[in-house]
Amino acid sequence: MSTHPILAALRKHKAGVVLIALQIALTLAIVCNAIFIIGQRIERVHRVTGIDESNLFLVTQQWVGAPDADDPAGIEKLDSMQREDLAALRSMSDVASVAPINSVPLLNSSWNGSLSLKAGSELRKGGTRTTFYFGDENMISTLGVRLIAGRAFTVADVQHRSLHDQTEPSVVIVTKAIADKMFPGGNAVGKAMYVDGSTTPTTIIGVVERLQVPGTGSWTNTFVYNATLEPLRIDANFARYVVRAKPGRMEAAMRLMPSTLYKVNPMRVLDEDSVKSFADIRAEAYRADIGMAILMGVVCLVLLGVTAAGIVGLTSFWVGQRHRQIGVRRALGARKIDILHYFQIENLMIAGGGAIVGVALAVGLNAWLMKHFEMDRIPVAYVLVGLVALVALGQAAVFVPARRASNVSPIEATRAV
Amino acid sequence: MLAYYIELAVRSLKRSPGLTILMVLTIGFGVAASMTTYSVFRAVSGDPIPWKSSQLFVPQIDMWGPTGRGADGEPPDAMDYTDAMKLVRDHRAKLQSAMYQISPSIVPADASKHPITTSGHAVNSEFFPMLDVPFQYGSGWAAADDEQRAAVVVISSKLNQKLFGGANSVGKTIDIEGKDYRVVGVLNNWNPQPRFYDVVNSGGFSTGLDDVFLPFDRAIALAMANNGNTNCNEIPKESGFVGLQHSSCVWIAYMAELDDASAVNTYREYLDGYAHQQQQSGRFAWAPNNRLRSLPDWLDSEHVVPSDTKVSLLVALGLLIVCLVNTAGLLLAKFLRRSSEIGVRRALGAQRNSIYAQFLTEAGIVGVAGGVLGLLLTGLGVLSVGWVLPKEIATLARVDFVLLALTLLIAVVATLLAGLYPTFRAARVQPAWQLKSN
Repeated sequence: MSTHPILAALRKHKAGVVLIALQIALTLAIVCNAIFIIGQRIERVHRVTGIDESNLFLVTQQWVGAPDADDPAGIEKLDSMQREDLAALRSMSDVASVAPINSVPLLNSSWNGSLSLKAGSELRKGGTRTTFYFGDENMISTLGVRLIAGRAFTVADVQHRSLHDQTEPSVVIVTKAIADKMFPGGNAVGKAMYVDGSTTPTTIIGVVERLQVPGTGSWTNTFVYNATLEPLRIDANFARYVVRAKPGRMEAAMRLMPSTLYKVNPMRVLDEDSVKSFADIRAEAYRADIGMAILMGVVCLVLLGVTAAGIVGLTSFWVGQRHRQIGVRRALGARKIDILHYFQIENLMIAGGGAIVGVALAVGLNAWLMKHFEMDRIPVAYVLVGLVALVALGQAAVFVPARRASNVSPIEATRAV
Repeated sequence: MLAYYIELAVRSLKRSPGLTILMVLTIGFGVAASMTTYSVFRAVSGDPIPWKSSQLFVPQIDMWGPTGRGADGEPPDAMDYTDAMKLVRDHRAKLQSAMYQISPSIVPADASKHPITTSGHAVNSEFFPMLDVPFQYGSGWAAADDEQRAAVVVISSKLNQKLFGGANSVGKTIDIEGKDYRVVGVLNNWNPQPRFYDVVNSGGFSTGLDDVFLPFDRAIALAMANNGNTNCNEIPKESGFVGLQHSSCVWIAYMAELDDASAVNTYREYLDGYAHQQQQSGRFAWAPNNRLRSLPDWLDSEHVVPSDTKVSLLVALGLLIVCLVNTAGLLLAKFLRRSSEIGVRRALGAQRNSIYAQFLTEAGIVGVAGGVLGLLLTGLGVLSVGWVLPKEIATLARVDFVLLALTLLIAVVATLLAGLYPTFRAARVQPAWQLKSN
């Protein structure tokens, strides 16, 4: 079919054509960027932490009138209080294993620093950024992190000190991400390096496959899997314990947790946030991301619905307006399918034109968002899929009015309006 | 005449109910999406202390030098102990306070109850008058209490409710971390959002309430742990809480009240003079790189309004524009379909203006109907933001008269705008042409 008559007819409806094309262009621009945002959020939420998340929960508690962590006797006392707690938790029948820990992935409470191959380097600008996990010999097994080289911590490795003490441990375990970055040649085990600009070397004794940092903000994007594990119990007026319950016994273990700890020592604070399952920690960490994805999804649905309805509305009007001409064409020998094709091709031209403008708008909007917000460049695939989707939406929307047009009887030609 | 146009419009809208419903739905959804996201944006971008925010300033001192600066050359956004104490002691602003976040536990007098944990800040006495903190009972403490490291405390109305059943507790004693404190003031439901006096630690918004305020120097003397962020450019040379105080690690928030431009300039000069003096004494090996931002500028530079909120608002506004373009297209179709009716009216003597009035009335009615639907959907939207947004932000969004009025107004104005071009086209219909073709 020649496109010439279609173009000639479009020229008679400039305003309507421009409005539909503009609507399709804007819809494409917004939907592409919204879907891109959704895709990025889903990708973020699906990052693996590297730990075995089932049956895992975290206990955070604070002692009242705790001994002073700045004097040696106080540290010893705090450490014995912590060990008493650990012993009590380990003796619970529903508990498989327990480790003291300063934080867990996604908790958004972290202790960060840097590792360097040089002694005494700058803390913030030299070396490899890392988060630190402090825990005892049970930390790796309780978290369920996979050790892929070297050995795990033993009881003999584990030290204890206050939060503000700056002595660095003699041995650490690092993630594969760190090992690969610092020792690209491989075999990081047994190598020495320097923690936090220290001048005394620390030896890497093991490498774990993967362990995510506690922070989930965009500031951690550069070191998501850079974690260093230190064999250390931190002695402070508070303590955190990561607990792995026996399969299926997590609820029971969590329920018994407060009474078990109060029995060891009642002078402590446990509130509603003190005992938290890892599933809850994960949900809280990604709540904003999931919310944003849902919001963008709703906006996309409304947009596509409105645009489809708009196409149906305007095309129906055109069909009504051209009843007589359609009748004439049918009388002159056009088949039903020709009329159907006429409206489909007409819509393809309008939607195609709008979508091409829309592609430019989508890329422009993305560039603007990149400039003003933390946003990545939109991959071409998103824009192309958006283009195809909107043209398909246009075809689907035009089908009903176009079919009605094709059913116009040739007799209409003889009627005087 | 208006009544006649309304009658005409209603009759016309009834003639094509499908198209009418489509337009009303379009306007309703477009306006509701925009107003729902706007309600969230309005909640998080508001000024927490509008009558005074232009007089409140946050000084920043560059104690880290080039190695600690971000890519934008900004100094740290908090203070170390040395500099914060120097600024408090020099007392160059009208009012000022250093602050750090604490989380002391409170032991109830009733021995059968478990201790409770609280969140709070260690502050100087001038904190309360500087921020116009409202009191239900009593007041803040005196400057002398700062110096004497007095065991005094200001508590929130919520904690007062919990411990004293809401009665006037001024003069009563509570046990904080094993020591007795005299209550000197009870706040009157003070919960500013964003938590502007310590944005660095609250991230702007928080669901928790600050329950206790203690004298800064007392908290330091008792080595009450800092519960907020600590950022270091180098590892402290000494250990313990004292080591932290002697280090250049930043963990203290600071705010000063400066009432006019000359006071601001004087204070700026004072800060630069101080940094210069530190440079001469050899503590800083770099030129002064201070900042002194007013509270609104400070909230802006700390990105207190989440970028998600801004992007959502923009996307929703985009949706509204698409809805308007859509409505314009539908109105155009609807109006031009009645060309012959217009032709007859014009031939019978109707002025162009009458045609304008008639069709804009019709657009306006669609706008009002869309606005009413938009009101309902906005109400639903604001109620359901709790499902998708983080708690600390979702709880701030609320429906009020201004939001509802704005919803209706935007719906009507937007629909009239969308109706302008279709009406213009309708008014240009040539009567002779239409009559002839019939």
